[in-house]
Amino acid sequence: MALDLSLLPDGGVSWLDASGEHSDVVLSTRIRLARNVDGFAFTGRARDGERLRVLAQVRDAVREVPSLKRGVLVRVDELPSSDRLLLHERHLVSKELAGLDAQHPVRSGAALFLGDDVGVMINEEDHLRLQSLRSGFALRNAWAAVQQLDRELGSRVAFAFHPEFGFLTACPTNVGTGMRASVLIHLPGLVLTKEMSKVLASLQQMGLTYRGLYGEGSEVVGNFFQISNQTTLGKSEDELLGQLQDVVKKVIASEEEARRLLLRDAGYIIEDKVWRAYGTLRYARSLTFDEAMNYLSGVRLAVSLKLITGLSVYTLNKLLIFSQLAHLAHAEGRALTESEASQARARYVRETLAKEAESPE
Amino acid sequence: MLCENCKEREGIFTVTSVVGGEKREIFLCEKCAAERGVQPEPTPAPQIGKLLQSLHQPPTLAAGVARDQARCDFCSATLGDFRATGRLGCPRCYAAFETSLRDLLRRVHGSARHAGRAYDPPRRDELERATQVGELRAQLKRAIEAEQFELAADIRDRLRVLE
Repeated sequence: MALDLSLLPDGGVSWLDASGEHSDVVLSTRIRLARNVDGFAFTGRARDGERLRVLAQVRDAVREVPSLKRGVLVRVDELPSSDRLLLHERHLVSKELAGLDAQHPVRSGAALFLGDDVGVMINEEDHLRLQSLRSGFALRNAWAAVQQLDRELGSRVAFAFHPEFGFLTACPTNVGTGMRASVLIHLPGLVLTKEMSKVLASLQQMGLTYRGLYGEGSEVVGNFFQISNQTTLGKSEDELLGQLQDVVKKVIASEEEARRLLLRDAGYIIEDKVWRAYGTLRYARSLTFDEAMNYLSGVRLAVSLKLITGLSVYTLNKLLIFSQLAHLAHAEGRALTESEASQARARYVRETLAKEAESPE
Repeated sequence: MLCENCKEREGIFTVTSVVGGEKREIFLCEKCAAERGVQPEPTPAPQIGKLLQSLHQPPTLAAGVARDQARCDFCSATLGDFRATGRLGCPRCYAAFETSLRDLLRRVHGSARHAGRAYDPPRRDELERATQVGELRAQLKRAIEAEQFELAADIRDRLRVLE
């Protein structure tokens, strides 16, 4: 079974539209809640049959859940690996659910329910990962959506809950609220001014942590950092969200200050750097993913500082997603070798930039 | 087993004291133990790997004693399995390995008590009703697709009663 992306609501990429607050600095906001169905072993210990029963139970319940009524069910376990990678590149499923790791192949019963602005991963590390993904800095909106889904689904499926420990999860680092709220933020100013290590150290003191573009275990590329709460137990959801909200606001303010200083003290160097990045993206014939990410980071900074006009943040967001391997292969209709992908990537970036801005200044 | 001091809370620690050359053991809850100066060691900067390593080693607490089951009686997982994989086997493991986990959670999260949303799972009859509604909806769809309108009307009536 191949995946028809046109069946996904908005192709699952409405979070790219750059409509949210601070969307030039904050790419997206995600909140996920880990939940497990009572009466079953956790996914990792469950047998195939148990996972399929979990999926069946949730599927029956979802029919009655307003938040997902117009949604679709994607049987991730029935997709070829190229389509699973595609979903992962769209940030719709985790690496674990997609079974992309050779040592952890896709599990039977792995599935995704995708609604308009919420989704549920089934048979991930936990039976259920409810999530809301929003454009820009939008913790409150994302929380409202995922909280509603949690209540709707939780009244139709019995979640595993303990009065002392809260919502029970396979890994004790998620127990309690089961909530991980994260903000994907672009911080070139703090990286260039070498202030980032200070910021990261202070995050840790505040009970927050950071990761790369693809979440747990991923590296930081293109100056994108995912800032999220580290602990899930002992504080209420509102406290955890309030703390993240405050810290991210401060990080945005520090980033803006760093950019102001850069422009004041090294304006022409910055301007030269970002135009070189733009020039490379506009004319290169081969781009690796990391290269593309780094140049896109420079151009994103330039657009945010209005050094380059006539180029939208939405286009930059799309470039970020659609210049990844599985997306390029999907567009070409065949598997690509690494060098073919680099050429296809350069061509896609070139054509997109040419279309968007005939001659930015 | 209840705390021998307050006789209210669940006991966690066996505290040994030497009084007049005579050894005495008393079983205490966390609070009463704390009042006698016995506390789990606070550990900064939690690292799950190291914490898992420490789970099976003798407790650092002078008088601590684990009262956990050897195996979870629902999924048969042991603390050894948890240490090897970093994942518990099922929701009941939390009750089976409560003492060890409480200590671990305190170190990882700085607390072992949920302070977020409270939750009451739906009752069994509600779940059954929901399943029935789901099945009837699917039947209704099939009946309409097959143009069995009389049957569809009948299913609709049954749905109305349930809802």
